[in-house]
Amino acid sequence: MSDTKGLNRQQMADRMALEFQDGWIVNLGVGIPTMCSNTDLGDVDFTYHSENGIIGYGPVAASGEEDLNLVNAGGQNVTMKPGGSVVHHADSFAIIRGGHIDATVMGAYQVSMTGDFANWKLKGQKGGGIGGAMDLAACARRVFIILEHVTRKNEPRLVTACDLPVTARGVVTLVSTNYGLFEPTGIGFLLREIAPGLTVDEIRATTGGVLTVADNLRSVRLAGSN
Amino acid sequence: METGRGPCDTKMALKSKQVGSFREAIADIPDGSTIGFGGFAMPGVAFNLIKALLDQGAKRLTLVGNTTGGAAVPRMPDMGMLVENGQVAKVICAFTAATRPTDVLPFTKYYESGECEAELVPQGTLAERLRAAGAGIPAFFTPTAVGTELAEGRETRVINGREYLLEYALPLDYAFIRAARADTFGNLQFHRAQRNFNPVMAMAARTTIVEVDEPIVPVGGIDPDQVHCSGIFVKRLVQVPPEPEGIWPTRRQERRR
Repeated sequence: MSDTKGLNRQQMADRMALEFQDGWIVNLGVGIPTMCSNTDLGDVDFTYHSENGIIGYGPVAASGEEDLNLVNAGGQNVTMKPGGSVVHHADSFAIIRGGHIDATVMGAYQVSMTGDFANWKLKGQKGGGIGGAMDLAACARRVFIILEHVTRKNEPRLVTACDLPVTARGVVTLVSTNYGLFEPTGIGFLLREIAPGLTVDEIRATTGGVLTVADNLRSVRLAGSN
Repeated sequence: METGRGPCDTKMALKSKQVGSFREAIADIPDGSTIGFGGFAMPGVAFNLIKALLDQGAKRLTLVGNTTGGAAVPRMPDMGMLVENGQVAKVICAFTAATRPTDVLPFTKYYESGECEAELVPQGTLAERLRAAGAGIPAFFTPTAVGTELAEGRETRVINGREYLLEYALPLDYAFIRAARADTFGNLQFHRAQRNFNPVMAMAARTTIVEVDEPIVPVGGIDPDQVHCSGIFVKRLVQVPPEPEGIWPTRRQERRR
């Protein structure tokens, strides 16, 4: 990890998972977002959708008990939960475009203060890796992003405007970083929760646009992860 | 644009579509064909047919699939191998690069040098373009990719106050897919995540070739209510032999760093 300040990767995922509500259909992107499935949310009853058409999957299979024909979006051998179902790819994306996904959690290189984000192409790269990100970004009811607060060169990832090619515009409503929990406001970012060991000044210095601080700013809430 | 319309041959229902070998199943594929590769990660990929195509040697191919492959070890037969083998003019994929920036796909070198073209398509748009081709829909509007680099210079339309991007159907000459079970008419069942792109690839292609895990059963061996992909979309079936002759999914291993 490029920056060890604040929350670790699992904690960033744990915080985001606290947003999940009863009855939601949730799609997790590859990378840190998949770690949301390790978070123990107690009685909150929601369903995971994977872009390859797997609805209602559970934890990663124990070693030796994998079904090699059952994978999540990241290619991990997962398990099915009771009530799970399988659809083909066109139907899986009909679920996405049709507005049936309550929340998607994705990783990103950058998020802008207007809720744009970039996660498919690096600077100067020919081509890229889109996967299902553009469909999810355009059509999920809520787009949540988890990313490390700064780059390896200590540059902000929460920026005034993305200088990388965007995945979608104006869609991100909540961002979990190792420094805290943020909302894009259009003119900057609202800091709602702050990670232990960080100061507001430190965060302001590493965040693009205007950083505003919630009246009821609190320490990042964390669910227990198993 | 050929969308798979052809004469109805009612005798086909009685004739087995099973062929004896992967080599035989793909022998007639000419240079310049457009071929869809089903599968997502390990499940549902027709590894044996892809390997046979490497040996068959057809050139100037356009290949359609989720990814060019090659990020995982051990490497299974993938689109990238056909590119490395000099058989491919263009790929149409949701990934021309790996999801992790630190992974470099074998395909990248050929793309960057201009030896192979690529059309990058969002995954849901790719699936729907295939479905549309199989369903006789020439084009459709989608909200996906609006406002991005992919939409630059292309036709959009505002419908009920929201902007949508025009996307065209993507018909295939051939599709290579893998299924768990088949009857000799080509009715298919998939196991779990094997299904993915495979039914829409089968719809989109004039000639769909299926490699089948379990012994192919006589017509009537699969309950009509339990068919995932109708045999009307399938032309040829090949039974996957046991290892080592046949290639089967392997346990997921550590990815290349």
